[in-house]
Amino acid sequence: MTTPVRETVAKLTELKHQPPEGFWRRYVFSLDHKVIGRQYLDLALVAVITGMVLSWLMRLHLGYPNASIGVLGPANPSQMTPEYYLQLMTMHGTIMVFFVLTTAPFAGFGNFFLPIQVGAEDMAFPRFNMMSFWVTFLAFVTLVASFFVPEGPALSGWTAYAPLSAIGKEAGPGEGLGQTLWAISIALFCVGQLLGALNFIATTLDLRTKGMSLARMPFSTWAWFTTSVIGLIAFSVLLPACILLILDRVAGTSFFIPAGLVFNDQVQTHSGGSPLLWQHLFWFFGHPEVYIAILPGFGIISHILPAFTRKPLLGPKVLIGCMIAIGFLSYTVWGHHMFLSGMNPFSAILFSVPTLIITIPATIVTLLWIGSIYGARLRITAASLFCLGFVSVFVSGGISGFFLAQPSIDTYLHGTYFVVGHFHFVMGVAAMFGIFAGTYFWFPKMYGRMMNETLGKWHFALTFIGVYCIFMPMHYIGLAGNVRRYSSFTDDYLQPLLPVHKFMTIAALFTGAAQLIFFYNLFRSRFKGPPAPPNPWEATSLEWSTPASPPPFDNFGGKHPVVTQGPNEYGTAGAKDYVMQAGGEA
Amino acid sequence: MGKFFAVTVGILTIVSAGIFMFHVWWLPPDISVLGAGIDHQLNETMVASGILFVASQLALAVFVWRSSGSTGPIKIFPGGATPMVVIAVVLVGIEVAVLTLVGSKVWAGLFMVQAPANALQVDVQAEQFAFYFRYAGPDGKFGAMDPSKVSDANNNFFGLDPANDTTARDDIVAATLAIPVNRPILLTMHSRDVGHAFYVPQLRIQQDFVPGLVIPLHFTATQTGKYEIVCTQLCGLGHYNMRAYVEVMSDSDFAQWLKTQANQ
Repeated sequence: MTTPVRETVAKLTELKHQPPEGFWRRYVFSLDHKVIGRQYLDLALVAVITGMVLSWLMRLHLGYPNASIGVLGPANPSQMTPEYYLQLMTMHGTIMVFFVLTTAPFAGFGNFFLPIQVGAEDMAFPRFNMMSFWVTFLAFVTLVASFFVPEGPALSGWTAYAPLSAIGKEAGPGEGLGQTLWAISIALFCVGQLLGALNFIATTLDLRTKGMSLARMPFSTWAWFTTSVIGLIAFSVLLPACILLILDRVAGTSFFIPAGLVFNDQVQTHSGGSPLLWQHLFWFFGHPEVYIAILPGFGIISHILPAFTRKPLLGPKVLIGCMIAIGFLSYTVWGHHMFLSGMNPFSAILFSVPTLIITIPATIVTLLWIGSIYGARLRITAASLFCLGFVSVFVSGGISGFFLAQPSIDTYLHGTYFVVGHFHFVMGVAAMFGIFAGTYFWFPKMYGRMMNETLGKWHFALTFIGVYCIFMPMHYIGLAGNVRRYSSFTDDYLQPLLPVHKFMTIAALFTGAAQLIFFYNLFRSRFKGPPAPPNPWEATSLEWSTPASPPPFDNFGGKHPVVTQGPNEYGTAGAKDYVMQAGGEA
Repeated sequence: MGKFFAVTVGILTIVSAGIFMFHVWWLPPDISVLGAGIDHQLNETMVASGILFVASQLALAVFVWRSSGSTGPIKIFPGGATPMVVIAVVLVGIEVAVLTLVGSKVWAGLFMVQAPANALQVDVQAEQFAFYFRYAGPDGKFGAMDPSKVSDANNNFFGLDPANDTTARDDIVAATLAIPVNRPILLTMHSRDVGHAFYVPQLRIQQDFVPGLVIPLHFTATQTGKYEIVCTQLCGLGHYNMRAYVEVMSDSDFAQWLKTQANQ
């Protein structure tokens, strides 16, 4: 059915569809969703290396607090000050959550593949798309710039709880210009992602090619679409929250600062604000953000797994239903971050119930993946290994959610390493495994070359064992009462747990070193990898029907693919064991 | 490599679960009246989710072991997606329902009932990076707090005005939380600068301080001894070092302690 909106959008996209000329338009300020997708992925790569190095420094300090290691501090390289530790921690969290886990699986792969998977020539709004990336880039530059201002970057954690984040320099080091830049950076990031989310939604709804009904969209497209809807609501709440925070810091307002606060024996002039308001606004964004990070992973895994099990994914409609249910429920659970915040204790029970209920669709999805491996003709590749690893770490991280979802248990575990282990497994590592799986799977399409499979398998094996050695012990020491966000555990009841910290530090450095294999493989394959065949994994979706790898500017070389079936047609009886979505035409 | 994956998942699962099962690292002993409910809830959750954890990891390992490199005809899981949905909805649904029903009672006992009438009230001020505790003194009344009077330099952590406020004159302020054993304690918690939190693992209790709010928290300690109070809400550079002690004493020791403090 053709609607006036679709016609208008189609005309607009046709208008811009002249291949760009010149270096700047082609590679820098490009309107091409494929270039923008690669730009997002390159940004995420720079960000993940930065974030990982910060985590090494933190782990070095935690594992070897008294060692003289000459990289630990700006003022005195052999010693890390408590404030510098917290600044590294804040930057690690902010960079990883926003600039890696949001940009890579969602904005990066989504940009490159969503239009191709629905059979479109580009995004619905290519200029917004370009703006989305460059605003995000500006946000990253702003954040990194805060390393170089007096007093250094923000220190109040990626959650930036007020009034610590709102009051200004009086609150101590790391609360000067760096914190203001943090808030500006996140506000910019919200703008960038709002533009992206709008684009994803419009493209999915309006630019699908002939025959591409909603039910025939690949799982990855469904995941990006659902994530966009979540992001549209989440970022439009965080944006004003950041603006209010900036106003509190620079314009003397008191949105998040109550009356009568005393710093250095001086009463502050602020009055009338509420620290809990910031927590509500932040977590109203913050919890859905967890799903913004992980749902694209769901989609990527569900998209890739059937190509390697050579059989259809179990319950495709159930899976899509579960993703939508998770997206919806993600807006009803934010208060579980605030059980002990001093809000009405009755609301803790109300927030706990949907938090526990959300485990049901998550369990269904996990069981569908596991059940899909039963009786498969499983092809082991780097991509499929990371899919299998994703399922394992998602189970490990998801299970600990049962504990934290209950306010009575959270009373003990809140603020301990149990929480750190939980969210690193479920949103950090699982989402990273989704990114790795996507990279090994789509690299041939994005760059026209194959990655080295042997290196990929080594990368998987070392990383998989490594992450368990880093993050499983965090649950144990959390149970023992080891509090988080501490720059040092010397001279107190946490002293007996120091050997565990040492073990986790060694594991983190080891796992970090394993990533060098990935970086090497990534860069070498980009230029020297063997040329990729058109459909190396014998997959069904439209990205494997483009006339070249990488696809031409308009993706399908002037043709409009016609879709005749869904993406889940594996294990079929015929000459080949799969049927491509675009039939045999492309 | 598929078989390597299966074996690795199996080993990681058994080692991970074993360390939980054998309490290699575990909670410190509980010294509170309501802590038993929390521990019970935690143990129940540990058993239920432990079974889910081991079962799903091993299923993953077994399926990967059997299907990797297989060239035989594919098989669809018996019953398709239906058993997955049923297992998740029924098993997880029951677990969720039970945990919510039982856990809500534990939570309500901690946070939704008033402290008993005979509770000893201690007023707590948190600041970067210390806790201060205030007892009402012989008159049983706390002096009013005025932020403009707060002065660390003069040890006036609560902003009292003993010159004009008679109720403030006998207030006892200490850096240690001394409490009598087996008597309910009611803390009235407030912060004068940023967010902080009160956490004593042995008491199984944790609560944020929120600037601008006075938050009640009550508990009863059942064993004498000295335990650390740590801050668990990021409050600035000294966060890691923000701590105090709770000293649980016999009634007579506590009376003596109060007397000594009053004379200082």
